[in-house]
Amino acid sequence: MKKDLIVSIKDLAFGYAERQIHRKINMNFHRGKVVAIMGGSGCGKTTILRLIGGQIKPNSGQVEVDGKIVHEQGRKGIYELRRKMGMLFQHGALFSDLSVYENVAFPIREHTDLNEAVIKDLVLMKLNAVGLRGAHNLMPTELSGGMARRVALARAVALDPDIIMYDEPFAGLDPISMGVICDLIRTLNDALGATSIIVTHDVTETFAFADYIYFIADGIVAAEGSPSDLKKSQLPFVKQFIHSEKDGPVPFHYQANEYISDLGL
Amino acid sequence: MDRIKLDAWVGIFVALGLIALMGLAMKVGNLTSNDIKTTYVVTANFENIGGLKPRAPVKSAGVVVGRVDSITFDTKIYEAIVTMSIDERYVFPKDTFANIYTAGLLGEQYIGLEAGGDPENLVAFDKISQTQDAVVLEKLISQFLYNQASKEEEEK
Amino acid sequence: MITFFENIGRGLRLKITRLGAATRLFFTIISYSSESFKRFNLTIREIYFTGVLSLIIIIVSAFFVGMVLGLQGYYTLQKYGSSEAIGVLVALALVRELGPVVTALLFAGRAGTAITAEIGLMKATEQLSAMEMMAVSPVARIVAPRFWAGIITMPLLASIFSMVGIIGGYVVAVPIIGVDEGAFWSQMQANVDFSYDIVNGFIKSLVFGIACTIIALFEGYDAPPTAEGVSRATTRTVVTSSLAVLGLDFVLTSFMLTV
Repeated sequence: MKKDLIVSIKDLAFGYAERQIHRKINMNFHRGKVVAIMGGSGCGKTTILRLIGGQIKPNSGQVEVDGKIVHEQGRKGIYELRRKMGMLFQHGALFSDLSVYENVAFPIREHTDLNEAVIKDLVLMKLNAVGLRGAHNLMPTELSGGMARRVALARAVALDPDIIMYDEPFAGLDPISMGVICDLIRTLNDALGATSIIVTHDVTETFAFADYIYFIADGIVAAEGSPSDLKKSQLPFVKQFIHSEKDGPVPFHYQANEYISDLGL
Repeated sequence: MDRIKLDAWVGIFVALGLIALMGLAMKVGNLTSNDIKTTYVVTANFENIGGLKPRAPVKSAGVVVGRVDSITFDTKIYEAIVTMSIDERYVFPKDTFANIYTAGLLGEQYIGLEAGGDPENLVAFDKISQTQDAVVLEKLISQFLYNQASKEEEEK
Repeated sequence: MITFFENIGRGLRLKITRLGAATRLFFTIISYSSESFKRFNLTIREIYFTGVLSLIIIIVSAFFVGMVLGLQGYYTLQKYGSSEAIGVLVALALVRELGPVVTALLFAGRAGTAITAEIGLMKATEQLSAMEMMAVSPVARIVAPRFWAGIITMPLLASIFSMVGIIGGYVVAVPIIGVDEGAFWSQMQANVDFSYDIVNGFIKSLVFGIACTIIALFEGYDAPPTAEGVSRATTRTVVTSSLAVLGLDFVLTSFMLTV
């Protein structure tokens, strides 16, 4: 009987000597849900993805994936956990010396012993799901930003992972591509029965299809809930974020002296 | 870049490298001489080896027939023991002379073998009994001065 | 005044820390090297990019160096009436010193910077992270094959350099100046010792290959993931490799001359 909670973060604290990024984070991700992590720039959203993936270790607290505590795993253990995850990086991060086909085939070749015919079917199937089956011979440099990201998505789901992580998937996309990616995230998640964790700034798109949203500010989870709950929230930080207000808990002016004294009057 | 072309180019490259290495070894160095032939070891004692070093050539009639392997000091007889390897194609009689010569005026020192007349030949690990030491410049000069001095004495 | 020394101290500490990190990378590469040989195709691909593509510059440079040695050597030797020793001069200079050292410097400039830029760029575009997240070790897949390719390539390039240089010297000395051909080769053969000169030269080029390749790999792997960071890293590769090669050359030469 699979556990319902596939990733859980308990009392996480993480930071470098110069800066404490997370002070006390608690998050739970349930199977089959699309969860978004939002917050201002530099609040540590992408860092959470890296903590889940085991690329960095927390200072205290724990990150549990599928029942196993990530930072206690050895090299083999972490690699086994990562095989259940697929990650879409901000600009795709396709391997520039391999073709689109080879990029998607990469994880399949590395982790399975399937023969070429089966691999070909799988790759074309994944590319078809993102609408780029016809582009399989192109090189990454020949793709537009949106296309590159879709190929990277095909690569991320090549092994049918249980957890799919997205690092700012909507950044810098035109409205059409954005619509496409939104649709793909939801469709793939439901088709694979996976859990999707999205780190993003984009309010409109995310609120349209996410099941649950976490807001991070000041190193803690400032707010959480379903999109409809958060729209009704009275918390000043959430309101500023959702309604794109210029000034609020996150101030407009950088810390400075009195304007009058700066002007020399 | 498909695999076959890649492999071909890499193959050409490695082949060129190995050819260059072989070329250096054969044409430039002296590998073809006696380094790869089999040798037998003999020893010789000297009272003074002068500037003889390991790996110095062992020549006979001016042709290189072997190399000096090692030089050690015997504390019982207070002499230098020189161990050398001689190409097994060349055999020398048991009463061969081993002398230390200098190549050119100020060159490196080497061992010159002069064959004797003994019907029996040297075998491995034999000792050459007839040896002549290196010429030490100071002794030569002091001998010269001594001769000069005694000559002047006689004329007086 | 004090800050001057503070800066020197800080810079020194930084360099020593990086030296430690580079050493750690070296041992990591060794422990992850099995894949470079099981999937030898990876290494072959890298040998192509570091070795085959460097052939032109190595051969052309070697030819010119050999010719210059021939010219310079001749005009100096003939003053002492020893112009027939030109073959020895060219061969020994190349095999003992110029072959390994100049090849290493050219290698660092051409192949080293290419490696640094490539790996630095892969880091900046998160390709290395992506590989890690797919449970494939970037050290095993990307870094180690380039390391072994560098080690295999350098001695081969140095041998080619020495050989082509000698040919260059020959071309100047015999047909152009008129030194006796027989004397050229026979003097050379009499005075160049295989195990002493050629093998030592080979060992030197091997050591230089390890040093230059590790430096190039480390600078790329450690580069800040920005355009400026990568470009600075490639500069550092050339500078550090050159200094390392010249320093190691002194150390190795003094070892080899005493043994």
